Amino acid sequence: MKTIADLISEHKFFGDLDQQSLEFVAGCGSNVHFAPEQRILTEGEPANDFYLIRSGSVALSFPVPGRGAVVIDTLGDGDVLGWSWLFPPYRWQFDAEAREDVAAIAFDGVCLRTKCDSDARLGYLLTQRFARVILERLQSVRMRMLDVYGAGAPR
Amino acid sequence: MSTALAHPADTRVADAMVPAPYRVTSRVQETADTVTLTLVPLAQPIAPPLAGQFNMLYAFGVGEVPISISAIETGDRLRHTVRAVGAISQALCASEIGAVIGVRGPFGTDWGVASAMGRDVLVVAGGIGLAPLRPVVHELLHSRRQFRRVTLLVGARTPEEILFRGEVASWEASARITVRTTVDTATPAWKGEVGVVPKLIDRVAIDPEFTTVMICGPEIMLRFTAAEVLSRGIAAEQVRVSMERNMQCGIGRCGHCQFGPVLVCTHGPVFPWSRVGPLLTRREL
Amino acid sequence: MARTPAHTDHHPVVIDRSGLQELIDALIADGRKVIGPTVRDGAVVYEEIAKVEELPAGWGDEQAPGQYRLQRRSDDALFGYVVGPDSWKRYLFPPVSVTWRVELNGGGVAITPAPEPPRYAFLGVRACELAAIAIQDRVLVHAAYPDRDYAARRENALFIAVNCSTPAATCFCTSMGTGPRVGAGHDLALTELLDGPDPRFLVEVGSEKGAALVERLTANDASPTDREAAAAVWSAAEAGVTKTMPADGIRGLLNRNLEHPRWDAVAARCLACTNCTMVCPTCFCADFREAGGLSPQESEQHRTWASCFAVDHSYIHGGSMRTSGRSRYRQWMTHKLATWHDQFGTSGCVGCGRCIAWCPVGIDITEEAEAIRATDGLTRTTTGATR
Repeated sequence: MKTIADLISEHKFFGDLDQQSLEFVAGCGSNVHFAPEQRILTEGEPANDFYLIRSGSVALSFPVPGRGAVVIDTLGDGDVLGWSWLFPPYRWQFDAEAREDVAAIAFDGVCLRTKCDSDARLGYLLTQRFARVILERLQSVRMRMLDVYGAGAPR
Repeated sequence: MSTALAHPADTRVADAMVPAPYRVTSRVQETADTVTLTLVPLAQPIAPPLAGQFNMLYAFGVGEVPISISAIETGDRLRHTVRAVGAISQALCASEIGAVIGVRGPFGTDWGVASAMGRDVLVVAGGIGLAPLRPVVHELLHSRRQFRRVTLLVGARTPEEILFRGEVASWEASARITVRTTVDTATPAWKGEVGVVPKLIDRVAIDPEFTTVMICGPEIMLRFTAAEVLSRGIAAEQVRVSMERNMQCGIGRCGHCQFGPVLVCTHGPVFPWSRVGPLLTRREL
Repeated sequence: MARTPAHTDHHPVVIDRSGLQELIDALIADGRKVIGPTVRDGAVVYEEIAKVEELPAGWGDEQAPGQYRLQRRSDDALFGYVVGPDSWKRYLFPPVSVTWRVELNGGGVAITPAPEPPRYAFLGVRACELAAIAIQDRVLVHAAYPDRDYAARRENALFIAVNCSTPAATCFCTSMGTGPRVGAGHDLALTELLDGPDPRFLVEVGSEKGAALVERLTANDASPTDREAAAAVWSAAEAGVTKTMPADGIRGLLNRNLEHPRWDAVAARCLACTNCTMVCPTCFCADFREAGGLSPQESEQHRTWASCFAVDHSYIHGGSMRTSGRSRYRQWMTHKLATWHDQFGTSGCVGCGRCIAWCPVGIDITEEAEAIRATDGLTRTTTGATR
């Protein structure tokens, strides 16, 4: 049976952390499961944890009046869900729902936030990693804004 | 119905310089602006095209455009999927069954599917890019045991604009190849993935030394997808892309398709990334 | 760079001006359209001629960047000019030609290719022009899909070359290895000799067709005096070429300077008027477009001269690939001097200097090349600063 520390040390997101940081982070983690259509995050609510998806698909959506939940992104195996726990005002910016059975590791964001205040190095390492995730997601959105598949699209 | 080619033609195949008349025998509206036409020759057929090659299709009174074949057909039939983006393509898309269309070809380099035998094949299609790649999927399925793992990644703007949607679903259901589809913008009924195609590559298990990649789609999508597969350790020589440029002759003489040192109609349209990757980073080459 | 004609067993002969008229008459009798130089609208252009009197006797040309003027010479040389705005591509690769005709007839379609072109004789072809024709041959004939119309015109044409006597200030054939002395590709090569009381021509034979023609003329064997006089003309011409192109390594130079700030500088001057591509004897870009007939049952495809300077030259759905003037000037110059090698195995430039004279703002391709060579490696950073 693998421990959380084992699981996250194999993952590219945390894998190259030093042993001490890895153990601390693992200590803040716990295995969680979501059933299909179960809400994981709700827009506007306090952002106190983040998730490392181990299996299953999660849809990120925004509730648009008159249009319902508009799916803006989907995440799956190996993706990190949630960064608003790390930046004030610590509130979720969108909804997230399990599309199917989802297995994930939930990390106590409050605990990690507090630790980062006193441990600058850990704070730097985590911020660095989340910044990369945000960068990738932003690039993806920018590419979609270019509407490359459109008939009159700029190339 | 009579046709007369007033000049003596080669008895085997039609002349690549003058359009050969073909008739539309079937017409499928794939999406709002895309139509697949099946053509049969009225006189001499052209030589059988390979996956990746294109023909210059001639709409009487309007002009010619280069269109890749979108399926390998039996006999002398041709199948082309055309997107209506200008006057000529619009005229082609509006062709009714029985209409006469001129064909010159086949021209250009092919995907070289046979050279990937014994390897993993990753096929990545963006938008209309699935049309030139469909013959590749047909070939891979036809000789499935000659290839190792076969994965198809499809990206489209919206669920309604996924090309050959039913056929893609049947490939996925067959479980003979892995298929993943993503859209830029979802609709409420869409239960699949949302996001850009390169993101799908993240979740494909890749054995870099034994993988051949074939990518087709808008140029930006080619660049980002190629960057993603290269970052996974695949050699640039094993990544093939199909390019598009203004082509008016299809045979390397009008000069419109020049792209630095290469002529896309003659040295392409299928290129190894090692050849065109560095050129694509130059703006307005 | 001195060039000598291909070896031939035929000795040179000498004819006078009436002999030249005999030559023209023989060509016309053979059913050829004789195209030669004549003065029209203040320039020497290539048109159908029948008489020696139509040639530009006594005219020379003064050329400079953005400048072309005919000047009266002190003698009445027939070929005392060099090159005007026309090149022989006007006849070998006409500005507009029909590639095929289509006719709908009762549910069927008839497609007919273009008719047979005329048989030409070109009189007054310069060494650089022969080199340009050889270059276009590689593009249009020695290719996977030869242009039948060009190939037919080429096959059936007769070339009466002329060795230059008075290069213009815009000529740089010596740098490109194409002249001024005629080397190969001609049927006959004339050198105008004005050293005596009667103007005469040394005639060198370059082919069997040329030899057969000479048999029909009133000619004398060339004497040592004639040959010396001709040699004097050839060396004076070579010495008279003053403009140079830094041709050594130019292909690599341009390929590694695609982001050089000089492209911005020249783009600020270039009007994208397409003159250079029109007058260039090797430019071959063409549009293949539908030209409908008056009747809805008929249509034609036309091949017309196109230019990479036109914004829509690189248009595909969504827009053009080369919109900035900078990218279009860079495309033309790098194609002509660098990527032509990749596509066709030779340089695309013969050093005729037409693009320099006929550019309304006087852009000089040799000057641009030299400027880049002098600052090889300079780049513009994304902020526009150079380093």
